[in-house]
Amino acid sequence: MSLLEVTDLQVSFPTADGVVQAVRGVSFSVERGRTLGIVGESGSGKTVLTQSLLGLTPGGQISGTAMFDGVNLVGLDQKSLRRIRGKGISVIFQDPLTSLHPLYKVGWQICEMIRAHDTSISKGQATERAVDLLGRVGIPNPRERVNDYPHQFSGGMRQRVMIAMAISLSPKLIIADEPTTALDATVQAQILDLLLRLQQESDTALLMITHDLGVVADIADNVMVMYAGRAAEKATKRDTFYQPHHPYTKGLLESIPRSSAATDRLKPVTGQPPSLIRLPPGCAFHPRCAYVMDRCLSAEPELHPVGDAGEHRSACWLPAAAIGLGDAAEDLRRQAVEQGRSGKAAKVAEAIAAAPESEGSVIA
Amino acid sequence: MSCADDVLVRVENLVKHFPVYGSGLIRRSVASVQAVDGVSLTVRRGRTLGLVGETGCGKSTLARCIAGLIPVSSGKVYFEGKDITNLPRRAMRPFRREIQMIFQDPYGSLNPRRRVGAIIGDPFAVHRTASGQQRKRAVQELMERVGLNPEHYNRFPAEFSGGQRQRIGVARALALRPKLIICDEPVSALDVSIQAQVLNLLADLQADFGLSYLFIAHDLEVVRHVSDAVTVMYLGRVAESGPGDSVYDHSRHPYSAALLSAAPAADPDAAAQRQRIILAGDVPSPINPPSGCRFHPRCPKAQDICRTAEPVLETKLGDPSTHLTACHFPVEAGEVLARAGRKERR
Repeated sequence: MSLLEVTDLQVSFPTADGVVQAVRGVSFSVERGRTLGIVGESGSGKTVLTQSLLGLTPGGQISGTAMFDGVNLVGLDQKSLRRIRGKGISVIFQDPLTSLHPLYKVGWQICEMIRAHDTSISKGQATERAVDLLGRVGIPNPRERVNDYPHQFSGGMRQRVMIAMAISLSPKLIIADEPTTALDATVQAQILDLLLRLQQESDTALLMITHDLGVVADIADNVMVMYAGRAAEKATKRDTFYQPHHPYTKGLLESIPRSSAATDRLKPVTGQPPSLIRLPPGCAFHPRCAYVMDRCLSAEPELHPVGDAGEHRSACWLPAAAIGLGDAAEDLRRQAVEQGRSGKAAKVAEAIAAAPESEGSVIA
Repeated sequence: MSCADDVLVRVENLVKHFPVYGSGLIRRSVASVQAVDGVSLTVRRGRTLGLVGETGCGKSTLARCIAGLIPVSSGKVYFEGKDITNLPRRAMRPFRREIQMIFQDPYGSLNPRRRVGAIIGDPFAVHRTASGQQRKRAVQELMERVGLNPEHYNRFPAEFSGGQRQRIGVARALALRPKLIICDEPVSALDVSIQAQVLNLLADLQADFGLSYLFIAHDLEVVRHVSDAVTVMYLGRVAESGPGDSVYDHSRHPYSAALLSAAPAADPDAAAQRQRIILAGDVPSPINPPSGCRFHPRCPKAQDICRTAEPVLETKLGDPSTHLTACHFPVEAGEVLARAGRKERR
């Protein structure tokens, strides 16, 4: 059985302007000792998705189930959630400066976490644990550094402190929400290396939320690509990068500059992500999709198996065999589009092709 | 210089130190942040120079010095052969038209209470080159040029998305037909799918107007994509510079090699095979930089001489003459600096 099994999770926020549908029916599972990467752009719902699991989304209306180690997290009361936070599931946030309290010493902050969950530990023992933890995450002179304040640490070191807090109670699952986005490349490499090492030592499951495909390529086992609050594609890491099915995944891969691709011109995804209050009908991606067909305008596709391996799933109406970035797959897509596109969809496709964003400056 | 006409901007030995004041009654300068410490570079006409380095290496300070936004401590900046270092305001004015900037944050760099038309029209007003209907027409042409709808002339920045706001910033920079545009992290705040739109726009504008770019970014793949030549900075100094392919594929400075190997590539196979060099520690403080080679405390190849003698930026044996490296022990071809690459699990 999976460590975390999320089924049809929905999160929405009522606002004065309308209901923000942040997460719209997402299912996924995380296994012990494995890493699931959740990729998406700002506003795709990836952060809300994971925060809702721990009851960190006040005002949000949550439905669906999230079975963690036999307990359904959705609708769980605060007292029980508290027992799971930190001990069962812990979180590493993006910005280590605002996640640490500036007026308390880091050692105190780690001890607080330990003692909140286990009152039998004395202050002295907790401090010893904190020193040990800081050493494990690679902070030099941990015995002196426990008495330092967060501002005395550099960005990378602060993120190490956050990681030390996250592993302090040996959780079964760590949710890392963009843990390296605020860091420089060489420090990012150090932190990813540390996370992998800790994971291997203790068989922890890792849920890695990021917008950076490079981080996912580095650290994930499986990948879920999110768009407008839904899973667009779920696959193993290799399938995601080499055999993508969903046009959004394909678009993301093609829009990043890569030294291996010897073209001068990037292929951006046209247009902008939709508003989560007024989602387009049908597939939420259709106003930006180069392969838009008639059915995309009216019916939202569900995740279904594509390719030959059973694990690979995509929510797109294109034929299941049309996977990959090669010419054969492109022919399949073109054929499907030719048959499946008439009147209205053709107009949408024209608008996409003519959008100034596609070329940047085509207007004569 | 052999092809002086080709050179648009030449920076020679530029130094910028910021004083750090003590807390006493008499505010004395007790130390200085050596943000930029002896940097030389050239930007060629119609070309892009990429500037790479981590937070605090001085790349933005250098850009601001070149644009004349802050005075330099010493060294020279030449624009088309003319010395523009620390010129008085009035004398600097004609050069401000030629050098424009695009900033990182598309939210912070546009005044939220002014209309887009007014923001883009500002350069015309400041330099009194167009007014009234003429200005409006020019602004709308610019908006079209950068892929914005000219009918949105009267909208406010808040009504635009991040990518569109960055286009507004580009239009404003373009208004006076500058020769050099300094792009300080122009796409860092944008989502991946939008980033490519803006990069393509910048490439088109360069081709059409013969612009030169000084392109600053921390994303190494982005810099490689846009740049003809690349300069790698570390703690206020140039570690390595040269043609993009040469620096990326045959890095000679251990820092550039580590930086390039640390950048995540969106390719699982490449990521698994790569010999990743993990540097120990953080970038030291520019208030009290290390002696000798500034990289030596983190360098896997450091020896005694690196702690005492500052390496000269020069062409190393076997490199093209434009490829310069400041290192006593440059990385040789095929040399393994890394500890072995991480093994793929399972």
